[in-house]
Amino acid sequence: MAGVTITNVSKSYGDIQVMYDINLEISDGEFVVFVGPSGCGKSTLLRMIAGLEEITSGDISIGDRVVNEVAPSKRGVAMVFQTYALYPHMSVFNNMAFGLKQAKTPKQEIDKRVRAAAEVLHISEYLDRTPRALSGGQRQRVAIGRAIVREPDVFLFDEPLSNLDAALRVQTRLEIARLHNRLGSTMIYVTHDQVEAMTLADKIVVLRDGRIEQVGTPIELYENPANTFVAQFIGSPKMNFFGSDDLTDTSQESFKNIDGEKIIGIRPEHLQACEDDKSMIKGKLELIEQLGEYALVHLIAESGNEFIVKMPQPPKAAKGETLNFSTQDNLVHYFDHGSGARSV
Amino acid sequence: MTDRDKQKLKNQVAIIGAWIVAGLFFFPIFWLFLTSFKTELQAISDPPKLFFVPTLENYALIEERTDYFRFAWSSIVTSFGGTALAMFIAIPAAYAMAFNPTRWTKDILLWMLSTKMLPAVGVLMPIYLICQKFGLLDTKLALVIIFALINLPIIIIILFNYFREIPVEILEASRMDGASTFNEITQVVLPLAWGGIASTALLSIVLLWNEAFWSINLTSSDAGTLVSLVASFSSPEGLFWAKLSAVSTLACAPIMVFGWLTQKQLVRGLTFGAVK
Ligand SMILES: Nc1ncnc2c1ncn2[C@@H]1O[C@H](COP(=O)(O)OP(=O)(O)O)[C@@H](O)[C@H]1O
Ligand SMILES: [Mg+2]
Repeated sequence: MAGVTITNVSKSYGDIQVMYDINLEISDGEFVVFVGPSGCGKSTLLRMIAGLEEITSGDISIGDRVVNEVAPSKRGVAMVFQTYALYPHMSVFNNMAFGLKQAKTPKQEIDKRVRAAAEVLHISEYLDRTPRALSGGQRQRVAIGRAIVREPDVFLFDEPLSNLDAALRVQTRLEIARLHNRLGSTMIYVTHDQVEAMTLADKIVVLRDGRIEQVGTPIELYENPANTFVAQFIGSPKMNFFGSDDLTDTSQESFKNIDGEKIIGIRPEHLQACEDDKSMIKGKLELIEQLGEYALVHLIAESGNEFIVKMPQPPKAAKGETLNFSTQDNLVHYFDHGSGARSV
Repeated sequence: MTDRDKQKLKNQVAIIGAWIVAGLFFFPIFWLFLTSFKTELQAISDPPKLFFVPTLENYALIEERTDYFRFAWSSIVTSFGGTALAMFIAIPAAYAMAFNPTRWTKDILLWMLSTKMLPAVGVLMPIYLICQKFGLLDTKLALVIIFALINLPIIIIILFNYFREIPVEILEASRMDGASTFNEITQVVLPLAWGGIASTALLSIVLLWNEAFWSINLTSSDAGTLVSLVASFSSPEGLFWAKLSAVSTLACAPIMVFGWLTQKQLVRGLTFGAVK
């Protein structure tokens, strides 16, 4: 069991710097998710923890040991790759046993651990097959099994679900959450999908262009995003942004702080249809996406700004009609117009 | 004519074309084989004879004058030995270049290939003298070493291409699993690239079997290969076409049988890993 400490870590490939001064504390047993758009450096950071990528400067510690110069297999970590990276020429059993064999684990112990992991992952009946003869979901389980049998202190997952279809993704996500509950190991999980991040994480680390934008629990990021980037990245559909010219009545209590220097963020689920006299924001109806459980209503504000409202029932209105919306004061986010940073 | 008929016709024309080309390539070998059963006079008759009473006298003469099996053994030892030695060096080299490339890797590969562009005769003197100094003239060991070296660039390049088809994550996974570099190569890379390695080795054996320059220049009686045996049968005077044909047939036969038996693997090797 061990936590992970990342101190002033930077990474460059030749002259190109891709990670800037990363500092992060991951406690023992925590489920941490690195999330961010493609190319932001999630995998690079994970691979530096794994030992597959050299650390240009700074330190990474696992437990209380600095591991910068420690071989991947000696760090007490196991990794599940996006492409599964199973050994195609070995049976499922041997795929899972490979690491233990390298460590010269006694045969009986190998057998016991592999069978136990296979049991948990429901792949016992495939132990003699090669990966070629398995479906994507089954391969993913084998990859997870290969990590489990090594009994690592820290599990590393690099977008493990992105090659699965939607239904399997939800199911496997749940199983990873259960696995975490059962093993209690530290897990670090990389994804570009904010839903995975929100559902799995104890702590989310939002990355952009090689920098940490914010660290917090899912609910903290949802309720108090540090800047417009995090605000838009967490939550679906994305948070709406408005300038003061979008607001019907800036004298209202909710908007007392607004001026030209600020932008306002309101999540689509926090806007409600209302009467004309209570209106904060007006928008012309453009399109309704009916999803059964709720509807996504796309509108265009007077300034031409597009926004979305998530409504339990679609409005009974025709395209082009103007609708009125209001919200509660505490659901309004203020950001600095220039930097995008949260203000107030 | 429908489109489908047209397509059929096209295919047939292409097939006939392919047979004609194949025939053209094969004809000299066929003629060689035929000539080996002629008398020396029949061999140079004008017009050339297609029908004649075959004779085995050329083969009998070769059997009498030389020790075919010693030359054949020498060919086997040098072509297989040279290939084995080259593989022993090429596998780690190709592994290093495929999985730990630097910005010079491409240039190094090109430089290696460029050594194949120099005429071998350019280094005949130094190599001859080196062999002489070390007492390696007319030994199989000298040929094994030189054969390994002359094929090394091409073997490294082919293996490099095969190795690069292996997803690097698989090797990373083995590294995370604690495999040493040696185990990584022997337990992961080699099994995965096995088809490519086998066909590369076959190709190398065929090339070395037919190698003429070094085997003729560095060997005489002790370590002579079949190719040098063939060369010894061409003489500046007298009639020798039929005998030469017979000895050539004997020199080609083993490797042609070998090539025939392994043709599937060989074709894979020659397509440079294009077929997965
Ligand atoms: N081997 C490499 N050489 C140069 N640049 C790289 C290399 N690997 C990754 N990068 C760059 O580092 C950045 C982060 O990559 P990565 O960590 O893979 O992003 P993510 O996993 O978040 O999509 C990208 O801009 C990528 O182009
Ligand atoms: Mg990635």
